Amino acid sequence: MNADAVVQAFGFRLSRNASGRLVFTSATGEVFEGVVPVRAFPITSPEEGFALVTAEGRELAWIARLADLPEPDRLLVDEELAAREFLPEIRRLVQVSSFATPSTWTVETDRGPSVFVLKGEDDIRRLSHSMLLVTDSSGVHYLVRDHARLDRASRRLLDRFL
Amino acid sequence: MLASGETLVAVAETDLDERLRFATGAVALTNRRLLSRVNGDDAWREWPIDASMELRLRDHAGAGSLDLFAGDRLLARWRFTLGRLPAVQKMSERFAEVRRDPDASPAAAEPSAPVCGRCGAEVPPDDEECPRCGADAESPPSPRNLFRLWRFAQPYRARLALGFVLTLGATAATLVPPYLTMPLMDRVLIPYGKGVPIDVGLVATLLAALFASVFAAWGLGWARTYVLALVSERIGADLRTTTYEHLLRLSLEYFGGRRTGDLMSRIGSETDRICLFLSLHLLDFATDVLMIAMTAAILISIDPWLAMVTLLPLPFIAWMIHLVRDRLRHGFEKVDRVWGEVNNVLADTIPGIRVVKAFAQESREAGRFREANRHNLAVNDRVNLIWSVFSPTVTLLTETGLLVVWAFGIWQVSRDHITVGVLTAFLAYIGRFYTRLDSMSRIVSFTQKAAAGAKRIFEILDHVSSVPEPAKPVALPALKGRIELRGIHFRYGNRAVVKGLDLAIEPGEMIGLVGHSGSGKSTLVNLICRFYDVSEGAILVDGVDIRSLSVPAYRSNIGLVLQEPFLFFGTIAENIAYGRPDATRADIVAAARAAHAHEFILRLPHGYDSLVGERGQSLSGGERQRISIARALLIDPRILILDEATSSVDTQTEKEIQKALDNLVRGRTTIAVAHRLSTLRRADRLVVLDRGEVVEVGPHDELMAREGAYFRLYQAQARNVDESDDDRWTPQVIPATRAAGGGA
Repeated sequence: MNADAVVQAFGFRLSRNASGRLVFTSATGEVFEGVVPVRAFPITSPEEGFALVTAEGRELAWIARLADLPEPDRLLVDEELAAREFLPEIRRLVQVSSFATPSTWTVETDRGPSVFVLKGEDDIRRLSHSMLLVTDSSGVHYLVRDHARLDRASRRLLDRFL
Repeated sequence: MLASGETLVAVAETDLDERLRFATGAVALTNRRLLSRVNGDDAWREWPIDASMELRLRDHAGAGSLDLFAGDRLLARWRFTLGRLPAVQKMSERFAEVRRDPDASPAAAEPSAPVCGRCGAEVPPDDEECPRCGADAESPPSPRNLFRLWRFAQPYRARLALGFVLTLGATAATLVPPYLTMPLMDRVLIPYGKGVPIDVGLVATLLAALFASVFAAWGLGWARTYVLALVSERIGADLRTTTYEHLLRLSLEYFGGRRTGDLMSRIGSETDRICLFLSLHLLDFATDVLMIAMTAAILISIDPWLAMVTLLPLPFIAWMIHLVRDRLRHGFEKVDRVWGEVNNVLADTIPGIRVVKAFAQESREAGRFREANRHNLAVNDRVNLIWSVFSPTVTLLTETGLLVVWAFGIWQVSRDHITVGVLTAFLAYIGRFYTRLDSMSRIVSFTQKAAAGAKRIFEILDHVSSVPEPAKPVALPALKGRIELRGIHFRYGNRAVVKGLDLAIEPGEMIGLVGHSGSGKSTLVNLICRFYDVSEGAILVDGVDIRSLSVPAYRSNIGLVLQEPFLFFGTIAENIAYGRPDATRADIVAAARAAHAHEFILRLPHGYDSLVGERGQSLSGGERQRISIARALLIDPRILILDEATSSVDTQTEKEIQKALDNLVRGRTTIAVAHRLSTLRRADRLVVLDRGEVVEVGPHDELMAREGAYFRLYQAQARNVDESDDDRWTPQVIPATRAAGGGA
């Protein structure tokens, strides 16, 4: 599919400029620099519902599924998402400094090992029956996708805070 | 590795790599170069600084990005979590200085205040450790929370001591009867069995002594229970009020992050549980311990060998108690939290009952409650499983112990080492002894419950307000009302809401804050009221940092009118006088008159004495708003804040409120937030905010002439189209070609 065909089918084209920013060209030739892809449901349904928004936060296009985008554009969006989204998923609790808060947690995440301070039990929020969102003292969020599926030791540590 | 003439200016640690995986790294800034390395790999990458270079800093969702640009070309990008942001921010500020003048003397480049090595935040000269990191390193509160209750028991020391003496006496009195069974057995019943006639005088004396001891035990027990219950009630009440007082002093941030139901259950039922524990369970426990100690002493004095055998099961039981203690405590903590959850469902639903009914979601909410209860049941079941095994096991052990004593006793009697009387006395004692042990084991669960409750109470008491009262508050003279915002930043969670905002407001000036929703208007107002403290920068009132003023003294100078006026349960007069309870009736009427509320108040059947608030007289939105304006007028504040004061009413009512507001604004420094720009026609200057930054400042006419952001906002409203500039572009929607289920 050549570039013009892309414009016709999806009404826009994406590219990356020298400053590393995403550039959006609409079917009518309008150009927006610094476009950002955003997931609409980053936690519950990360693969569905994307928006391309301007640096000011205005929506330019809605993409129901990423797979529907043609190849070069999809890669650009993927890259941009990877550089922008930061929600480490806790895979294992290695150690907690104490069961009373504030407590320092040593964890393994899908983004490597990390250490953070949990200020209070209230900073662990239940998103659904099994999903937890942990907020550390500096405001970084960590996700526990299914606390029942952590290993036994992690579950036992986590259980003391729930 | 530094070249000659090169000095290190700033260092910042990074903790993420380019793909946002956790990895340690560092960026160093010298007066010639920018250096960096990642993950301990030893090679430093370097970029000589030239005039075209620029560092740009941004953050999103907890991760920050520091980008080095040369012109429009991206040279390098460093990523880090929010914890490192202050150090990185410092460095990017220093970078701008270095680029401007690389040869500025390094001494001048040194920061004036010492900087924390870990996060780069400035350490105030009075503090030894960084306030930011210090808070992180704070050690957790000791688990021995029950001992901390002593602070509340201290004022009642004398009565506690009296209670203890009474307990001692009562316990001793209950131990006399078994002792008297010995002579009854050995000197009356056994000789009678052998044909000796009963000594009526001796029997009468023994029975009289028995009755006297029982009677004494009754009287002393009564006095003891009464005195100690009295004390524990008072301790419970003190605990409750202290916790509530502390809670009220905490910042809005604390309340924002908690749920009402949970806080209510902590202050209500947890304190009650602690009180019950102190008055009933702890008292019983103390009695039990005394009883056991005394019984042991008596038994040993009668016959050491038999005493040894009797006391044999004691260590086993102690061990069992220890074993179960840990599991039970976590169980009970869990039960408490689940109770909070059940309460939360109620606290969510009851105030929102109109929405629930309007959307016909009663059964859904009932389901949510059932779910919370089911969770409660599950947790309780697990705790009860442990608990239910525990009690019978103690009974089993004590009964076995009794058998051992029987066996050993009969053997001793057969060998004439002890008399039958001694054996019966022993059996009578240990009958009591073991029942006490059994009830003592129950104390484990009560203690754990109370300790869990105490922990949750102390969690509130240990929480330090995030808008701390200064140690030595600056005395506040009569305020003139000059407000200055100096480079303020504010971050809510991981979202920057206000970014580097500067603004000076003159005394008596009226400022209108304008902007789209989410532009930071209300946040700014909250910061000026000091509901929150700025993350960076300072807010000065008459040249004094508001953080150095006493919070209540400062707030008494602020009148606040909110979008949704909150009326407390009480009369209208009480509501108007809320900020100044000592106001005279004449003051109240004058304030109501100025707020154009007087007339409608007089139309109510009970005038100023009409009850409002929950279950009270229903008032319209405009009427409630005018009462809240009267409330603000009455305290005669130097600084007035109107946060969308007329947003929730119709135009006609707005006009009435506007008349009231005009009276209020006169001569005061006023900050008005409004979506409807017509409300701000009297403002001296308008401040247009966008995403936490000031975009335009000036009077209406000037801003209109400039045809900038304000002009667009105004045009949009004049055309009665909301946010028209947002509608210039219609988003293109790519339909899901293969969408299963097709959500659109």
